[in-house]
Amino acid sequence: MKKLLKYLKGYRKESVIAPLFKMLEALFELMIPLAVSQIIDNGIGGGDTRRIYLMFAVMIILGIVGLSCSLCAQYFSAKAAVGFSTALRSSLFSHIQSFSYSRTDKLGTSTLITRMTSDINTVQTGVNLFLRLFMRSPFVVFGAMIMAFTINTRLALIFAVTIPLLAIVVFGIMLVSIPIYKKVQAKLDRVVAKTRGNYKGARVVRAFNKENDETQDFETRNNELTKIQLFAGKISALMNPLTYVIINLAVVLLIRNGAMTVDSGIISQGELVALYNYMSQILVELIKLASLIITLNKCSAGAKRISAVLDTPADTDFEVRTERSDDSLAVEFDNVSFAYSESGDPAISNISFKVKRGETVGIIGSTGCGKSTLVNMIPGFYHPTEGNVFINGKNTGLYSSDELRAKIGIVPQKALLFKGTVRSNILWGNENASEEELWDALRLAQADGFIREKAEGLDEPVKQNGSNFSGGQKQRLTIARALVRRPEILILDDSASALDYATESALRSALASLDYNPTKFIVSQRTSSIRHADLIIVLEDGDIVGVGTHEELLKACPTYLEIYNSQFSAGGESK
Amino acid sequence: MKKAKNKNALKTFIKVLKYLKIYHIHFILSLIFTAVSVALTLYVPILVGEAIDLAVGKGNVEHGKIESILLKIIIAILITAVLQWLINVLNNRMTYGIVCNIRREAFRKIQKFPISYIDSHPSGEIVSRIISDAEQFSDGLLLGFTQFFNGIITILGTLIFMLTISPPITAIVVVVTPASLFVAAFIAKKTYSMFKLQSEIRGEQTSLIDEMISGHKTVAAFGKEKDIQSEFDEINTRLSKASLRAIFFSSTTNPVTRFLNGTVYALVALFGALLCISSGGAAISVGMLSSFLAYSTQYTKPFNEISGVITELQNALACAARVFEVIEEPVPTDSSDNAPCDIAPQGDIEFRDVCFSYTPEKPLINGFNVSVSRGQKVAIVGPTGCGKTTLINLLMRFYDVNDGSITLDGTDVREINKVALRRSFGMVLQETWLCEGTIRDNIAFGKPDATDEEIIAAAKAAHAHSFIRRLPNGYNTLLGEDGGSLSQGQKQLLCISRVMLSLPEMLILDEATSSIDTRTEIRIGKAFTTMMEGRTSFIVAHRLSTIKESDIILVMKDGNVIEKGTHEELLEQKGFYFELYNSQFAKPDLSE
Repeated sequence: MKKLLKYLKGYRKESVIAPLFKMLEALFELMIPLAVSQIIDNGIGGGDTRRIYLMFAVMIILGIVGLSCSLCAQYFSAKAAVGFSTALRSSLFSHIQSFSYSRTDKLGTSTLITRMTSDINTVQTGVNLFLRLFMRSPFVVFGAMIMAFTINTRLALIFAVTIPLLAIVVFGIMLVSIPIYKKVQAKLDRVVAKTRGNYKGARVVRAFNKENDETQDFETRNNELTKIQLFAGKISALMNPLTYVIINLAVVLLIRNGAMTVDSGIISQGELVALYNYMSQILVELIKLASLIITLNKCSAGAKRISAVLDTPADTDFEVRTERSDDSLAVEFDNVSFAYSESGDPAISNISFKVKRGETVGIIGSTGCGKSTLVNMIPGFYHPTEGNVFINGKNTGLYSSDELRAKIGIVPQKALLFKGTVRSNILWGNENASEEELWDALRLAQADGFIREKAEGLDEPVKQNGSNFSGGQKQRLTIARALVRRPEILILDDSASALDYATESALRSALASLDYNPTKFIVSQRTSSIRHADLIIVLEDGDIVGVGTHEELLKACPTYLEIYNSQFSAGGESK
Repeated sequence: MKKAKNKNALKTFIKVLKYLKIYHIHFILSLIFTAVSVALTLYVPILVGEAIDLAVGKGNVEHGKIESILLKIIIAILITAVLQWLINVLNNRMTYGIVCNIRREAFRKIQKFPISYIDSHPSGEIVSRIISDAEQFSDGLLLGFTQFFNGIITILGTLIFMLTISPPITAIVVVVTPASLFVAAFIAKKTYSMFKLQSEIRGEQTSLIDEMISGHKTVAAFGKEKDIQSEFDEINTRLSKASLRAIFFSSTTNPVTRFLNGTVYALVALFGALLCISSGGAAISVGMLSSFLAYSTQYTKPFNEISGVITELQNALACAARVFEVIEEPVPTDSSDNAPCDIAPQGDIEFRDVCFSYTPEKPLINGFNVSVSRGQKVAIVGPTGCGKTTLINLLMRFYDVNDGSITLDGTDVREINKVALRRSFGMVLQETWLCEGTIRDNIAFGKPDATDEEIIAAAKAAHAHSFIRRLPNGYNTLLGEDGGSLSQGQKQLLCISRVMLSLPEMLILDEATSSIDTRTEIRIGKAFTTMMEGRTSFIVAHRLSTIKESDIILVMKDGNVIEKGTHEELLEQKGFYFELYNSQFAKPDLSE
């Protein structure tokens, strides 16, 4: 929470003025009972009608001044809270943008989205309420007590006992119920999970005739939830009656002792009424304070979660072990290993290979064997836990990320387009591309045909996630996006999987004929996609089990042969 | 229009009353207790006023009378406190009980929904209806209702008490109070458009956040962080302006109503005091005036709350209507429910003149015929969207045919008990689904009493054993909702293990191995072959290598079976299948 305070810095003036004005308002409110007591004692008691009119005017003026103070306070606290959340949101977004792949993997996108949206909103509400009430409520409570002391010390002692007692009850009940409400939330989550899971899996549930078991399980969870809700409810239900009893017993004491004090002429009847009025003000404020604390509790939980994201360094630490290597090579992997988490097994281990400029490298292997991890290390998305990756003879850790990524055109496995137009999406690859260059890239990516058929051509709108294009179309557009950059190194991470065989082979020959002859990495599960590569790397469980050309591997690498046969022999089973 | 809306709200309200019915004792008690506790709460200031009147000044205090009044006050507050607690507990019982019942009914209803309903309603929508809407409904309704009732009794009670003290001053309170209501309504109306603007901009921002954080890897790969940041900041600035306006203007309600209430208070003090002097304390005493002042604040409070309560009630009824829509969704009755459960299917299946479409406007399957005899392997192939999965939907009776019939051993499937029918099929779908629980629970899903040996044997047959063994807790590894961290391929292997274990009379494999690499696929294929021995099987696949051994291959296009035969026969025909097959298996030499 403290760490986030720096975002309030630009609003120092507002954050001081808001509570100050709120306090002034409270001060004026505290004067009202005094005015009433004047009316009773001097007005009624002394038969002074002028005094009554005067006090009435005072009360109205106090009201107007209070109103203006309060409006000021509301304005400044809203300004500070909104300014705070705006600054925080912008800086959190920018921080998330700077995250490396490992960070994003670890934190998870849905978590990050929640931090950016609902958590920040909760914190904003908290800050706003805090600025308005954190001074006001204690001020009214203690102010009322002090006012009581100015009237009569002995009677004011009743206040001094009542306030801590009320505080213990209010905060005690809150402290006890917060963990119970957490449990309620956990039980609710279980009910939600069951509902969603059952609904999504309706086909399987019915195929296995599990409707009754599922219903029973749901009802158990549902009843557990209700039970704990009732329990939590019973405890919170104590709050109102207990505070009511305490405050009214205090009133009874006040009147009993007050009556004696009046009897001995120490205080007047009007002052007794004033004391009674202060007592009622205290209760209202304490309840406000309790609800403020509940909000602040939520707010600080959200703030903690946000701070945790802000405190996460943008990238994991990595080491540059060797700075330079052979600069005639485009890409070199020197005994590279990489693990996603410190404790976990390495995703790839001891990988070494060398690639000359303009060569095509094919990477093949089963699902989850480390193919994507390997190619994602070339643009420095992941840094090796051991060993070195060199590009043009320089360790990737020594490049700035902009410098490195400008050299590389990557087509990620997940074909992702962004809201906008076809043009705006392709321009991501190269902002300065001319119309001609855009069409060129589309043509090479075999995407010009279907784009020409679109009513608006390049300016055809793209919906979020590219949902108005088919999987194969999206893949081809993401390929065009990488090609428009005319990169030194082109990486296709299993990015032709949704294309039919004819389109894929047309794409392959288009890529082979690129005039600037980039170094190409092609990741695929199909041997047909990579068989013409200059170098094929066969991975299994993160290890290289074969390196060579298609023909060499067919002879020397049983895994490759098995993959090849599974796709090309006339029925792998009959073999 | 508005009338219709009100009528619907009324209808919903009547339905709500039905749920309240089992709690009618709670409800009546709650109302009585509320009335009593409100009356006592109002009585206390009067007693206090009386006590104050007995303490006029020095040497003029009647201690004995004060003591007896104070005793009355103590009794009144103790009773009130107990009643308040009971009211809370009763209301909680009703609220949580009603939601619990609604959720239960809704969940049971889901189990009976036709799959067509589930396919056309996203899970997020249903979950939000059964969980959040139900919650909001019960909270809003009961809270709203009790507050409303409480408010009305308070208003009536204070009015009566005030009238008994002094009708003219009461008149002042009654005339001035509604002003705060009007002001509150006025501010709410003016700020509505500001809040709307705020939520529009917020929506815009959320969708940018969603898009860019989900696509962060791509953003980073193209170094677009700065451009996106400036786009974000532009929206953020607009949001900031809109939020400030909305938050500030809406937050003026409280100070303004407080000011108006303060004015009422001052007016009461003024006229009360004047009346007291002019009548010499006969019309109103000091104590009465102090009670009156206490009342004037109590009288205005419910007015401030009621406008909020009414919105809450409306919102609650709207939520209720959404939940009821789910619960009242008509479910087609099924005559087969009464059919006997114990059938011993042989596995002869016939599709006769089957016509089917998901929507009447888009006819899909037209006059489809095929006859499959026991133990045959049927493969269904064709381009995406050609209706392959539809046949499976019809077979499992997730959907029913529009015309024609499907028979199992000569009986129309619509006349066979659904439970029995489905039990006789083992199904692996492209879309994997795993339940929360351990790996073991998931494999034993269709056969909960399976032994460990059986489970491991099934996992081995599905080639899942080796990856399960490597998981931190092996077969006892807990899976979260929807399989958690497992890869798509691993999830598919688990679904296959599930069917390997339960081994029913007939099999359906719908793209069962689509996320598994070709090598593992071939290994599982061998296990499938053994499993399919003597069982009628339906296989949907896009990789033709997996289905060459089938007895019948159905080639589908645009909802119709255009070719039918064995692999060799179809190749000889040199039709659509021939084309498909060659596009997958032709030597990829086009680039040379």
